[in-house]
Amino acid sequence: MTLEIRIAHRFADFRLEVDLALPGGLTCLFGRSGSGKTSIVNAVAGLLRPDAARIVLDGVALHDLPPHKREIGYVFQDARLFPHLTVARNLTYAARIRGQRPDGLDRIVELLGIGGLLDRRPGTLSGGERQRVAIGRALLAKPRLLLMDEPLAALDDARKAEILPYIETLRDETGLPILYVSHSVSEVARLATTIVLIEAGQVAAFGPAAQILSDPGTAALMGLRDAGAVLTARIVAQEGDGLTRLETAAGPLWLPHVAGEIGRALRVRIAAQDVILSRGRPEGLSALNILPATVATLHDGQGPGVLVRLDLGGEFLLARVTRRSAQALDLAPGLAVHAVLKSVAVAQADVGAGTT
Amino acid sequence: MTDWLPPEAATALALSLRVSLVATLVSLPLGVFVAYALARWRFPGHGLLNGLVHLPLILPPVVTGYILLLTFGRQGWIGATLWDWFGFTFAFRWTGAALAAGVMAFPLLVRAIRLAIEAVDPKLEEAASTLGASRPKVFATVTLPLILPGVIAGAVLAFAKAMGEFGATITFVANIPGQTQTLPTAIYSFLQVPGGDRAALVLVLISVAVAMLALALSEWLSRRVARRIAG
Repeated sequence: MTLEIRIAHRFADFRLEVDLALPGGLTCLFGRSGSGKTSIVNAVAGLLRPDAARIVLDGVALHDLPPHKREIGYVFQDARLFPHLTVARNLTYAARIRGQRPDGLDRIVELLGIGGLLDRRPGTLSGGERQRVAIGRALLAKPRLLLMDEPLAALDDARKAEILPYIETLRDETGLPILYVSHSVSEVARLATTIVLIEAGQVAAFGPAAQILSDPGTAALMGLRDAGAVLTARIVAQEGDGLTRLETAAGPLWLPHVAGEIGRALRVRIAAQDVILSRGRPEGLSALNILPATVATLHDGQGPGVLVRLDLGGEFLLARVTRRSAQALDLAPGLAVHAVLKSVAVAQADVGAGTT
Repeated sequence: MTDWLPPEAATALALSLRVSLVATLVSLPLGVFVAYALARWRFPGHGLLNGLVHLPLILPPVVTGYILLLTFGRQGWIGATLWDWFGFTFAFRWTGAALAAGVMAFPLLVRAIRLAIEAVDPKLEEAASTLGASRPKVFATVTLPLILPGVIAGAVLAFAKAMGEFGATITFVANIPGQTQTLPTAIYSFLQVPGGDRAALVLVLISVAVAMLALALSEWLSRRVARRIAG
């Protein structure tokens, strides 16, 4: 799949100008609110008519088509279920409009776990249920591309945790390309295969998720507090004391129990502020996860912090240290160090199914 | 007929019901269209159309009736064409009474429906379009079901207004028993003749009963529809 998006549009207070060629998988449009992310997906859906647009999905030009002919599914932040229809009739809406049978209804209902809701009205559903029905409704329209505009932003953490696995399953099992708008770093780290950073209507950075997340320059743009790299890992053992042993390119990691069979691929996110650097191999520490690494680059930000990019043999980690520590340790590219990961840093919510 | 209801009164009641029903049903689709245009579209002449629709509400009914006479009377610029081409006329016919009633009730109809349309979130219509529905299908499957309570309320209001319409009707099509004598004009006539006040009173009571009945029916319908929509 390739999706070409070239848009220029002048709003009252800023100018949107992007030129992207996106691969398949799940692409996150990441940026502050008001940066133009939603305008981009609206232009792709046809809900916004930009001053100039060229939008081509797998060789089919979409920019001249009205929204109902674009075959693009759209999951909105606010679900937008039809209040006068039952869940079942919301789900089959697209099929009924086209006079078709709703193929795959059972499979989608099972995939999203909404079998018990079919006769209910949207007004009686919880936020998480509503969002799952909205995802099902968009999927049953048989789209060639799925747009998701902050589908989790209106939900609390428990509801988010309820829906994230379904989105991962979509990404990994249906092969449907997804364009996903978010301003949450943890969501992006968990879901994205490609990241597009949007700042004030322009593309600030664009690339594979692992690269963007572990690049100190782009990580700083995404917000220092949330900066952190993503490692691909594989479950190799469930150990007797309740820990799960994971294998990464950088070495073994032990996490409090992670559900999944041996061999399952995962992504593990490690926040930059939860990584401690040591020049020698530290002794007598309670931290379980200590990985040998080489300093790749240093990125001075404003303020007292330094973002350090660590090479762990092909995989990259970010560490955030103070400039004073960086000087005390004499950190410089090429220096061998040990990265101490506070085990709490590897949060369960940030562990998801990896793309393989 | 029965002795409590004089035959002229029964005729007037039947005519009034027919006139009001026809006026309401014929103006309903146009009312929905105009309400939708006013609520959702921005076009040159938006304010003018809005003013035109509301004119019968503000003008003295006699003036509206006189304008109708000038336009749709046998000599009127539209009326003459209708007569020459189709041999059809509104003048002094029950159809003219229906036209007058429809025009007078139109602002109420449009206002109620427009409010309902403005309450529908356009985001739902956008969602429908991303699911493959063209504009007309979006209207038929999302907008219309959601505004149905408003449409019913508007129709009942229009019907009640049509039942009570007096000034424009009597100016446009006069007061001919069996032809253009509706309930209000019949009451007026009965009050003009000695000994007519009993018949007038009966008609007044009937008017009140019809109005109350229509109101109750619309309340019941709207509530049913609203419950169905809200889920």
